Amino acid sequence: MTSQSRLAWLMNDVAGKRLMAIILAVIIVLPMLNLLVPEGSFFHVSSYTIGLLGKYLCYALLALAVDLIWGYCGILSLGHGAFFALGGYAMGMYMMRQIGDRGVYGNPLLPDFMVFLNWQELPWYWYGFDNFFFAMLMVALAPGILAFVFGWLAFRSRVTGVYLSIITQAMTYALMLAFFRNDMGFGGNNGLTDFKDILGFSLQDDTTKVALFVCSGLAVILGYLLCRYVVSSKLGRVLVSIRDAESRTRFIGYRVEHYKLFVFVLSAMLAGIAGALYVPQVGIINPGEFSPINSIEIIIWVAVGGRGFLYGAIIGAVLVNYGKTFFTGAFPEIWLFMLGGLFVVSTLFLPQGVVGIVQQWKDKRAEKKALQDGKAGEVAS
Amino acid sequence: MIKQYWGVLLVLLSFVCVAPSWAADEPEAGASLESLLSELTSSSFKKKAKAVETIAAMDDERVLPVLESMLAGDLYYRKSDDKIVLTASAESGYQITDVLTGDDLGVVGKRDVKKVATNNSLRKQLRTQIAGYKLLSKKADIRLAAADDLIKTPSPEFLEVLQGAIAKEKDNTVLKALKVARAVILLQSESEVDRIQAVKDMDGFANKHTMAMLTALVQQNEDGSYVEPSQLVREEAISVLKGLNAMETWYKFVEDLFFGFSLGSVLLLAAVGLAITFGVMGVINMAHGEMIMLGAYTTYVIQLIMPNQIGASLIVAVPAAFLVSGLMGVIIERTVIRHLYGRPLETLLATFGISLILQQLVRSVFSPLNRSVITPDWMSGSWEINGFLSLTYNRLYIIIFALMVLFGLMLLLKKSFFGLQMRAVTQNRSMASSMGIRTGWVDAMTFGLGSGIAGIAGVALSQLTNVGPNLGQSYIIDSFLVVVFGGVGNLWGTFVAAMGLGIANKFVEPMAGAVLAKILILVFIILFIQRRPRGLFALKGRFVEG
Amino acid sequence: MKIMAKHIPQHILYLNGVSKTFDGFKAINDLSFTVKPGELRAIIGPNGAGKTTMMDIITGKLKPDVGDVFFRDTVDLTKHDEADIANMGIGRKFQKPTVIESLTVFENLELALTGNRGVFKALLHKLNAEQYQRIDEVIKLVGLAEKRDWLGGNLSHGQKQWLEIGMLLNQEPDLLLVDEPAAGMTDHETEMTAKLLKEIAGERSVVVVEHDMEFIKALDCPVTVLHEGHVLAEGTLEQVQANEQVIEVYLGR
Repeated sequence: MTSQSRLAWLMNDVAGKRLMAIILAVIIVLPMLNLLVPEGSFFHVSSYTIGLLGKYLCYALLALAVDLIWGYCGILSLGHGAFFALGGYAMGMYMMRQIGDRGVYGNPLLPDFMVFLNWQELPWYWYGFDNFFFAMLMVALAPGILAFVFGWLAFRSRVTGVYLSIITQAMTYALMLAFFRNDMGFGGNNGLTDFKDILGFSLQDDTTKVALFVCSGLAVILGYLLCRYVVSSKLGRVLVSIRDAESRTRFIGYRVEHYKLFVFVLSAMLAGIAGALYVPQVGIINPGEFSPINSIEIIIWVAVGGRGFLYGAIIGAVLVNYGKTFFTGAFPEIWLFMLGGLFVVSTLFLPQGVVGIVQQWKDKRAEKKALQDGKAGEVAS
Repeated sequence: MIKQYWGVLLVLLSFVCVAPSWAADEPEAGASLESLLSELTSSSFKKKAKAVETIAAMDDERVLPVLESMLAGDLYYRKSDDKIVLTASAESGYQITDVLTGDDLGVVGKRDVKKVATNNSLRKQLRTQIAGYKLLSKKADIRLAAADDLIKTPSPEFLEVLQGAIAKEKDNTVLKALKVARAVILLQSESEVDRIQAVKDMDGFANKHTMAMLTALVQQNEDGSYVEPSQLVREEAISVLKGLNAMETWYKFVEDLFFGFSLGSVLLLAAVGLAITFGVMGVINMAHGEMIMLGAYTTYVIQLIMPNQIGASLIVAVPAAFLVSGLMGVIIERTVIRHLYGRPLETLLATFGISLILQQLVRSVFSPLNRSVITPDWMSGSWEINGFLSLTYNRLYIIIFALMVLFGLMLLLKKSFFGLQMRAVTQNRSMASSMGIRTGWVDAMTFGLGSGIAGIAGVALSQLTNVGPNLGQSYIIDSFLVVVFGGVGNLWGTFVAAMGLGIANKFVEPMAGAVLAKILILVFIILFIQRRPRGLFALKGRFVEG
Repeated sequence: MKIMAKHIPQHILYLNGVSKTFDGFKAINDLSFTVKPGELRAIIGPNGAGKTTMMDIITGKLKPDVGDVFFRDTVDLTKHDEADIANMGIGRKFQKPTVIESLTVFENLELALTGNRGVFKALLHKLNAEQYQRIDEVIKLVGLAEKRDWLGGNLSHGQKQWLEIGMLLNQEPDLLLVDEPAAGMTDHETEMTAKLLKEIAGERSVVVVEHDMEFIKALDCPVTVLHEGHVLAEGTLEQVQANEQVIEVYLGR
């Protein structure tokens, strides 16, 4: 506690500040290289790269959301993909309505798949999604409400640890099955796709793609700042206290379930926003996003990056997904071996992830330096 | 009055029918089957008809195959010696066998044999004679099968045969079937009394065919008149139908229950290994599904090794799968899990990684496509209990198998020395260790046991679903839910949970559809765990952390 | 006098006929005893006598099968959960010292500091000067001034015990339940702890569960002996030690 100023929570976070600066630089420089530098030039950044990085940024936000509850409150959710997908579906619904009569069947009101299923009118839960702001509200609210109901039930009855993990997994599994059904009115198997534009900008345009990329970067930065603020507040310390000694925290007089619920809902909303940014960049959302495997994969991003640092989650998400892109392209056979191995190695040998290793290495170097200098060096804690 | 008239008619009819056979019988009384068979080579259909009648009247086990093959057109005679033979097509000509002894007489050219020709009237006669012969057979099951055949394909020509059979029948089950067979014919009778009797005879007989006939009776024609003109018959039919409907509902319920049990058994098989690794050891083994998958692939490989003994291959596969999956379990435990005891969430992640590796391994070795595992004969088909209820053998065996595995496991845990050591280690590790139990070895064996049982489950599942790299994944969530629902560390709980969920699923399914049923069950379990976080049969006590 | 009686309850803690059974094992069997305001009380008993279960029942972790548990004469504790009970003014120290290992000594004490426990209050919470002072005072009191910014997990066993007592003090409870505070402490520390607890008593009520007879002697207070979930004897340490039944229970085992 060196600084007691109002912004101490941010100022003390050196690594986080650096990472945010890097992300900021990336979302400023790369769009310029994409839009201003002519194609064919060495410095030109392709739209493909922009799209890919935009996707990674969405994953980073998702990982951030998971680290907030897992790293700081010990809640291992194996169902966070569900919140991500719900946010994605909300965004997808908005974009479906934006298609209007440009669909294959030319129905101005009903999306193509509903016409195909011979539906006569729009289901009530599709109302309002033609309005961008309503849709954006739902992006956060839909996952938020699900998380609230689920969390309220689970935390109140003190379902913890492994049991909680298993039922969150059951939750996303049930949702996947539900969204696969045509009757649900979310496009069944195929999900929502064939989007045309967002806020009137065509999704095919490079400028729109760049704008989405920049939005994703900003979302990660804002999300990070929000999470950092939360974990640096007294609330954050209560969360850590719940993680380390739940029953002790209760005996001090904190309503553990309220704290868990708050952070769970917040995390679900962040995941929803990540999903909403993801969908226009990949152009599709389908029930596969609810698959339990996806949710477990998020955990490994956080584990690889380093749990409980926030910036570790961002680094992990980008690293693992870059690896995935590279290996599925170059050696598709090997990718699952790699991913599986990553799970095993990171749990066995990297309890603190990549960030932890760097930290250890730094500590050692600082110690050495302190010894060499013969005076007490400032040991990074 | 009318009844009497029918009686007279019957007597007359039977006289007309039977009289010629008496007449034909006399000159050839005492003739052997062999000599009668030679009559069949005659080109005269009259002669053949007489021979058939005489043969059918004989009390000889070999009669039925002769008549049936003759009807089917498989009966030939060898031109060289007029010997009657059974034929089957062979590469060059016919494979012939002695119809009486079953001796293989080798392959002959197509021109060396001649078919025992039949015409319409002879075939009709054959059918009647066969039915009659069967109906009077000494074996009750043959008589019953004959009656069932007649119910399915009713024909007035069998009426008198049936009457004769009914008069002689002592077995109640067969008698009922015979009466129904007669009723099916009499339902077409012009006599109202006969039709009422026919309807009454159908009462309480579980058969979809007769039910449909009764239902048809009470239908209205397009002009508003009833199919069955007699009010009395219709009323009788309605009352009988009521009973039959109740019966059908009951048997439908029994069938649903059976389906539920079989689904529950699948869940039990999939979960019971997990009840050991998760319930006893507290290890979240996400690779459990892949242990099941390995078991299923072991079955596939065993079938490749012994393609000619498919029936036996399944029996061989059980211990083989146990060994393969068990060994894999031991390897996983020794290399990864033992470093992670007491950190359940970390084991979850590490074993999930292992599951991905195993899936990809299988994909690389066996291809990503599904492999087909053959179902042996003794597993296919179904056990027809009555017209409303038939149970398929594969489901039946799965239920029996699941129970055997469960009780075997219980016995192992409760009665064996290994079980004792295992319980000692789980309850107090340091105490067990100081008493000289090699705890590391017990851990490895316990995990191997749980995995091995998953492998056995894989053998059973290979008979029900596609064997592919994703086989395990589809069971892992269900398995965990079953174990958690039943109460961790309690095999009975696992049993009750599996059966309960299986049955619930099968009963919700018709109302909501398969997918929605599954969703509802999942939601139910999620809510249930909120109410009782420790499952149905939770271990209670002061040592359980609250 | 009448008005005073309204403010000072007759009993700070009142247990009557409390029983709790686990799978047929009676952990607590018809237990009745009371604690007066400001009283210091020691509870002794062999292992399995039901001391921890009793604590669990008072602090709301467990619900008794039958029996009354009242706080300040009127509050039925069986109807409240842990957080409620803690906020009413009952603090508990566990047998095994449990401090928050990844928070500093200061932060541990900050969390325990009495005040609003709401989620949103916590999000925007700022310590004021008075609260800083209070925490610093407690840190000094429990002798951890030099370890102010150490992580809880890096403290020694005895230091953790002290930190936990400090946290308890910061909660400013009316009743402190202290489970084996002297376990793992040096003689000097044990002495200090006894002194501290005696100081606290008077202002607050303190119930100490302990095995260490030297410590009980140092506390110099009424002693209740528990055996098989039931009160076996009550009185001064000398009286209790002279009790035939108590001797039998302790030596007979």
